[in-house]
Amino acid sequence: MFDYTFLWPLVWAEWPQLLAGARVTLEITILSMAVATVAAFPLALARRAGKGLSCQAATIWVEAARNTPCLVQIYMVYFGLGALGLHIGSYFAVLGAITFNNTGYLAEMFRGGLNAVAPQQFNAGRSLGLTAFQTYKNIIFPQVFRIVYFPFVNQITWAMLNSSLGMIIGLRELTGATQMAQSVSFRTFEFFVVAAGLYYAIAKSVQILARVVAWRAFRRA
Amino acid sequence: MIEIHNVHKAFGSLKVIRGVDLEIKKGEVLCLIGASGSGKSTLLQCVNGLEPIQQGEIQVDGISVHAKDTNLNKLRQKLGIVFQQYNAFPHLTALENVALAPRVVKRISKAEARALASKHLKHVGLGDKEDVFPSRLSGGQQQRLAIARALAMEPSYMLFDEVTSALDPELVGEVLDTLRMLKSEGMTMVVVTHDIVFARETGDRIAFFKDGRICEVGEAWQVVNAPREEHTRQFLKRVLA
Ligand SMILES: Nc1ncnc2c1ncn2[C@@H]1O[C@H](COP(=O)(O)OP(=O)(O)O)[C@@H](O)[C@H]1O
Ligand SMILES: [Mg+2]
Repeated sequence: MFDYTFLWPLVWAEWPQLLAGARVTLEITILSMAVATVAAFPLALARRAGKGLSCQAATIWVEAARNTPCLVQIYMVYFGLGALGLHIGSYFAVLGAITFNNTGYLAEMFRGGLNAVAPQQFNAGRSLGLTAFQTYKNIIFPQVFRIVYFPFVNQITWAMLNSSLGMIIGLRELTGATQMAQSVSFRTFEFFVVAAGLYYAIAKSVQILARVVAWRAFRRA
Repeated sequence: MIEIHNVHKAFGSLKVIRGVDLEIKKGEVLCLIGASGSGKSTLLQCVNGLEPIQQGEIQVDGISVHAKDTNLNKLRQKLGIVFQQYNAFPHLTALENVALAPRVVKRISKAEARALASKHLKHVGLGDKEDVFPSRLSGGQQQRLAIARALAMEPSYMLFDEVTSALDPELVGEVLDTLRMLKSEGMTMVVVTHDIVFARETGDRIAFFKDGRICEVGEAWQVVNAPREEHTRQFLKRVLA
């Protein structure tokens, strides 16, 4: 009944292709998180202001990013911009869409983190003679950083897993590359077992690294 | 000297300070008493420029707090303030809590800042808590940490806003002892308190605050033992009952 025979040598023959795909996956993950981190800050501050045009714009961004499927967001960037006459390759379409998605999640994360710091901390800093900037830098942000740290690490994993949707518009990230590689032999199962293993290894490495960094950075009595 | 002249302050349409005149001389301990919501905290916040005022003037050593060209960050170094909530910086050890402002604001070296912080922690009796995070300190210890943090900027004046009100009764004494110690060292202090006994014994003068005005001000024993104003008498009767 269960007489499937695994043919691993076929997979190892395509190993370099899979690695190349994993590389694209990592690139998209790192770049999209880096840009989103920078973009999410002004968004979080605009949302905190609670009113005004920039607050409304930020709210639309956050709502759209968090309440529509990531695949739809990728289609919007790839085909939507195409329909408007702006053609970008699948790489930049996926990078753009994942960044858009990350930014929405991170903005809410940062806003929550800022709200979680006791408001009196600001006056405590100012009353010691620190400027507003010095207070944010030395007192507020380090506390926000600790609050958002592990949610942020989760978002890295999300960004990486979401990037697999790039396959659908022809991007050879890890999933796309695996799909290509198995199309010769159709040993789909073996190929995707290996791809899953690679995803898992990357995700776990990020999480373990994050724990080590946290352990060193946030010494707690 | 801190000089408060005809100060008015409102939050929107709510008039909180309605014409206050008060002088605090060098070396003096002035206690501010009065009902909740009478504007005591707001007045302290105005003195160190955390809150703007609508009318009048506050001068600290001749510098006008609310003048446009006043460098508030510099002025605040003269004025230490300690709040009811301890507001310790939770991500820093006790030593780092105290060393932060000297290092960042006065730009002294890290080693000097640590030595200074160590000295002030010892001074308030926290010499053995240098590497402890605030979450591991009792309320009384956190409040003494807040005092050390303010003292490390070597201020000329200390403002205390109900620093024992959030404490468990058994922890009040250690904080009041610290205040008494500062008085004995000649520190100029404005102390907002509900503790009439402390105010009478430690204060040189007491000002009784009512509805955003100073209803009565005088020598501490006089205000408590022989108040001139009927409002003061009624207030004391209520809090001492
Ligand atoms: N930031 C603020 N915004 C609006 N109203 C305030 C603010 N701070 C204090 N108040 C109001 O001002 C009044 C005086 O408050 P406060 O100075 O804290 O009194 P006290 O310290 O004597 O209890 C209260 O009615 C209080 O609600
Ligand atoms: Mg108060």
